Amino acid sequence: MAKITLDNLAHSYLKNPSSEDDYALKELNHDWVDGEAYALLGSSGCGKSTLLNIISGLLEPSQGRILFDGKDVTHAPTAERNIAQVFQFPVVYDTMTVRDNLAFPLRNRGRDETYVAERVQEIASMIGMEDMLNRKARGLGADQKQKISLGRGMVRKDVNALLFDEPLTVIDPHMKWELRTQLKKLHHDFGHTMIYVTHDQTEALTFADKVVVMYDGRVVQIGTPEELFERPEHTFVGYFIGSPGMNVIPARVEGNRAYIDGTELALGQGYGALDGKVEIGVRPEFARLSQTEGLPVKVRRVEDVGRHKIIRAEFFGHDINIIAGEDERVSADMNRVTFDAGHVNVYANDWLVKGAA
Amino acid sequence: MEKTVNQKAWFLVLPVLILVAFSAVIPLMTVVNYSVQDTFGNNQFFWAGLEWFQDMLSSDRMWEALWRQLMFSGIILAIEIPLGIFVALNMPKGGFWSSFCLVLMSLPLLIPWNVVGTIWQIFGRVDIGLLGHTLDRLGISYNYTQDTLAAWFTIIVMDVWHWTSLVALLAFAGLKSIPDAYYQAAKIDQASRWKVFRYIELPKMMGVLMIAILLRFMDSFMIYTEPFVVTGGGPGNATTLLSIDLVKMALGQFDLGPAAAFSLMYFLVILLISWVFYTVMVNLDKKGM
Repeated sequence: MAKITLDNLAHSYLKNPSSEDDYALKELNHDWVDGEAYALLGSSGCGKSTLLNIISGLLEPSQGRILFDGKDVTHAPTAERNIAQVFQFPVVYDTMTVRDNLAFPLRNRGRDETYVAERVQEIASMIGMEDMLNRKARGLGADQKQKISLGRGMVRKDVNALLFDEPLTVIDPHMKWELRTQLKKLHHDFGHTMIYVTHDQTEALTFADKVVVMYDGRVVQIGTPEELFERPEHTFVGYFIGSPGMNVIPARVEGNRAYIDGTELALGQGYGALDGKVEIGVRPEFARLSQTEGLPVKVRRVEDVGRHKIIRAEFFGHDINIIAGEDERVSADMNRVTFDAGHVNVYANDWLVKGAA
Repeated sequence: MEKTVNQKAWFLVLPVLILVAFSAVIPLMTVVNYSVQDTFGNNQFFWAGLEWFQDMLSSDRMWEALWRQLMFSGIILAIEIPLGIFVALNMPKGGFWSSFCLVLMSLPLLIPWNVVGTIWQIFGRVDIGLLGHTLDRLGISYNYTQDTLAAWFTIIVMDVWHWTSLVALLAFAGLKSIPDAYYQAAKIDQASRWKVFRYIELPKMMGVLMIAILLRFMDSFMIYTEPFVVTGGGPGNATTLLSIDLVKMALGQFDLGPAAAFSLMYFLVILLISWVFYTVMVNLDKKGM
């Protein structure tokens, strides 16, 4: 296990990157704390897998350094880094038995057979495949194959980090929960540093201590699930996390007042002069429909999703979503909306602006 | 659900039946017809029963040709399959050079068989051929018209030159279908180059290799044109393979009866070996090699 440091790291798939747009992964400095479980969250093509492959050594970065416990491994081959990685699609050695598959990484490192047998047994019971050890891996289902891949990743005790590249994509929904729970338990029991790449926010939020949100080759926020929810540092985080995502509305901000189309809205904090594109962001959870108070809104549609209702509405020509409790009454004459002032964030050029109370 | 019965549907199969009849059944039955009769010309035939088959089975000439044939197919398979895999493994995986290699390697496959024979016939000549002359100058005795070893060497090298590309192209297609993640996982598992080949590449290539082996076996077992053009079956009968012998017998000596019996047995041998090979490979495949 090790602390992994990214120092000025950036990567471009082009030979001679000229502008920032050429970089698939933009300059990044970050410490992955030893023993923490991280989720790397972002939409497809945002650079998550690039970052993961750089850490595992499958890809050499165009600039910057990677350090494992302070030791520079930027140019070290994968084998020397002693990491484990599980891929999106199951990789199993078809012609081997399940047992040989699990034993493969240990045998390649010359561990003695009694130790190998013992470890294989432990891992097999963890992934629930003890009774299949002597079967050929060929012909097993995708979820069983993926469990073998997970098992092969976990069979070495001394790995520096465990990397997962969207490993549950091919797994059935009910198995997803089970495997994710097992991974969490594993993390709890052995304290490996884990980095889990996903584009599924539920997966990220349930798995990780810290979620790293990436957007367009850049890390936009690193934080606990609560932080991401309450104080999204970037409009993308607000939009990407939450269901539905944060409402982002163009506004003019002066002091502790925001003006939307000339209509005044109170903010919880005061702000200095802001440049560029200014927006306010408020989560649907912190908006409330009302008959009497607040700003005018035109309700379009109410969706009952079980635990709560989602109200789709028009607000000064912008679409907004409002969440109402399951038992809350929504009637036709409710055409005003109020926002919880403490949870209205202000963004300038998509980045969160900190106000003063 | 009620099904309508309409016997007229049989007419739909008729074109295929006619086609197969003319392309396969009728010619084959003609051969069967010849194989049980004897003729002295003038289109007069006499019933001979299984005599020709017995004759052929006890003829040294046929057994010798069969052994030569088996040896030829065995040797070229033993060279072309590993060599084809080796070439495929070392080909560029993408970009301009990959396409370049593919085109370059397909070239021998596009050359007509008798042209291949002629190329090697001239290539190997001691007086004007590049290969023959060079070997001669190096002091190596090489004359495929007189020396059995030289003749075999020439037809085997010729076949390897002509057909290794096919194996390489098929193996390359098999290799290209392996996702990158397999190689990455192997790196992470610290697998050696040999283990990557043994546990990732070879199993993924097995399907196409089976086709390659089967195709090359059948083709080489029926080979006629190229060795005929180069050596004409000589020196003596040293390179008289089955089909060369068959043509000699049927068209050279006009022994229609024996030749027909011979060709039926020839056909059965190919069928039998292909069937055994296929069955064994499929079983191995089921067991996971």
